[in-house]
Amino acid sequence: MSDITANAAVPHQSGAERRQPPVATTGLVAWARMNLFSSWINTAITLALGYLVVRWTIGFIDWAFLNAIWSVPVVNGQAQTQACREIKGVGACWAVVTEKHRFILFGTYPYEEHWRPLLVCVLFVALYIVSAMRRFWNMMLIPIWVVTLTVIGILMWGGIFGLTYVPQERWGGLPITLILSTFGLAFAFPLAVLVALGRRSKLPAIKTLCVLYVELIRGVPLISLLFMASVMFPLFLPEGMNIDKLLRAQVAITLFAGAYLAEVVRAGLQTLPRGQYEAADALGLSYWQKTGFIILPQALRLVIPPLVNTFIGFFKDTSLVLIIGIFDLLTAGKTSIVEPAWQGFGIEVYITIGLIYLVFCFAMSKYSQDLERELNRHRRR
Amino acid sequence: MKALRLSVTRALGGAALATLMAAPLAAQQPAAPAGGGAATLDAIRARGTLICGVNTGLAGFAQPDSQGVWRGFDVDYCRAVAAALWNDPTKVRYVPTTAQNRFTALQSGEVDMLSRNTTWTLSRDTSLGFDFTGINFYDGQGFMVKAAAGVRTARDLNGATICVQPGTTTEQNLTDWARANRIQFTPVVIEQLNDVVGAYVSGRCDAYTTDVSGLASTRSAQPRPQEHVILPDVISKEPLGPAVRHGDQRMADLVRWIHFGLIGAEELGITAANVAQAATSDQRPEVQRMLGRTGDLGRMLTVDNAWLVNVIRHVGNYGEVFERNLTPIGLQRGPNALWTNGGLQYSPPFR
Repeated sequence: MSDITANAAVPHQSGAERRQPPVATTGLVAWARMNLFSSWINTAITLALGYLVVRWTIGFIDWAFLNAIWSVPVVNGQAQTQACREIKGVGACWAVVTEKHRFILFGTYPYEEHWRPLLVCVLFVALYIVSAMRRFWNMMLIPIWVVTLTVIGILMWGGIFGLTYVPQERWGGLPITLILSTFGLAFAFPLAVLVALGRRSKLPAIKTLCVLYVELIRGVPLISLLFMASVMFPLFLPEGMNIDKLLRAQVAITLFAGAYLAEVVRAGLQTLPRGQYEAADALGLSYWQKTGFIILPQALRLVIPPLVNTFIGFFKDTSLVLIIGIFDLLTAGKTSIVEPAWQGFGIEVYITIGLIYLVFCFAMSKYSQDLERELNRHRRR
Repeated sequence: MKALRLSVTRALGGAALATLMAAPLAAQQPAAPAGGGAATLDAIRARGTLICGVNTGLAGFAQPDSQGVWRGFDVDYCRAVAAALWNDPTKVRYVPTTAQNRFTALQSGEVDMLSRNTTWTLSRDTSLGFDFTGINFYDGQGFMVKAAAGVRTARDLNGATICVQPGTTTEQNLTDWARANRIQFTPVVIEQLNDVVGAYVSGRCDAYTTDVSGLASTRSAQPRPQEHVILPDVISKEPLGPAVRHGDQRMADLVRWIHFGLIGAEELGITAANVAQAATSDQRPEVQRMLGRTGDLGRMLTVDNAWLVNVIRHVGNYGEVFERNLTPIGLQRGPNALWTNGGLQYSPPFR
């Protein structure tokens, strides 16, 4: 319709010279010309970097795929790694991961029972996905978590329903990392909210207690907290009483995460304009109504990026338990290359472990971006 | 080195605790158990499993294999104790301990015994409150050089460049030894194990020094181990052995005599393969006493008289334990040979 109008308004000029549209303002070529080749120095940098990127990519593909060795023969339980040694780093020796992947993932858990920790990892991932879906953001989530965590406990320990009992020292690998971070953050987050509220309380005792907790825990490195839990704490217990090593580490990690998260949450509380508090008071809401319905929903939404930042940090910090001899994912990976036959193939193992961490952390970060966009929709103009 | 790390750890933990709880440090010694030092052994029997503190991963000594089963020289000592108690070497729970938390694990009763390449020193025996039950591996600091260099003894290293890790007794031992022997050397001090080995392999240093057991496993991991030689000289004493708590005399006796039993068995030619036959038909009086055909030696250790038969059947004698775990990582018997072969491993008589 508009075409007709336009044609009608501007009559066709048959005799005029046909001109090309200017090339260099749109399209890929134009963009490259403007951003990458605008002067001789930019051109030089582009070419140099381009050369390096291509070379490294080819080098990496050569090393990781083309020249790689994917498995080696095992004779009498001894892996024959001569093939891997012969290529002298020209290709990756993924055989170490092929041979050791079950140890890296599940540690010293009894070999024939490995389906149990595998199922536990699947359950954890399912739990994360379900919790991430907004459709489940209601009271249903509480029973879902309780049931899933109970099933996870039953699977790991066993001892009932015909499952053989597996003591905690034999747990290892990915389940340990997931248990430490999930339980740690699940308990640390409510604790952090309470502490953050407590720090802004007008009651002096509560306020002092919260300030003390946050400052003391933040002033001590996580490593020394873990040492304390593992080395000092048992000496204070009465003779013959031992608290599980994993539980002690779990408590230390939870307390540590709680202090950091509390400060993040407090930052959110402080950003809220005073008017919000006053308006809630004016409506006659009680303290908990005000906090639950007005303050926290807004404050937490504001601090999603730093919260996820802390979550991701803690997911990786759980690997510090290696100093107290708990076989989490990283420790199991480290231990798998202790065997003389496999010494020197650390890069392959660490790349694999790094990828596993990356998958979890990237998923968290991606999800938080979506969540942020979703929850702050009303702010965008 | 280990003692230093422990004290730092303790100071750290102590400081953290003191600030957190403002509580005085309680006495660290666990109370001596009642009942003639049999409390731990009774507890182990009642529980039905031995809890053994091992290394988190050290080639040849303690390490989980691809299927997550613990194997190694130290691990075999745990299996031997379980075999003596229940004729079942699998009744062990292994608690991996780090250099930092191994002593607390034993002091606090988290583990029943420590079989974790721990050097027997006076202070650990006394003020840490342990009883070392013997020396099952004589370790010591040595040197590795390239075979092509033609070095025969450590004294040939005058003027050499030597790779060493800092902050450990290794560095101190090297300096002391060089001063005592009037040897000039240039140290190359590198913190990380992989880097220090890399520096030696790439030729930045003529020699690399650390404990002989560590040298052997580094050597066996090289593409061509025969290109490297571990010199015969040993310049420090690192006697390793299992430890139990002070006051657990019964437990200490048992672990000690299992170690002697392994050595005695090797001396008398009793192996995993022939122990069943020796138990019934060997005519030598000492063998008959050891294997429980005559006398009551097992009963005196509060275990079955066939205790040593069970141990040897499942674990083998000392030579077999050594050969299974330490020979593959390139360790020679050296000072750990039997006294009859010029080594230091010696067992008191079984009578």
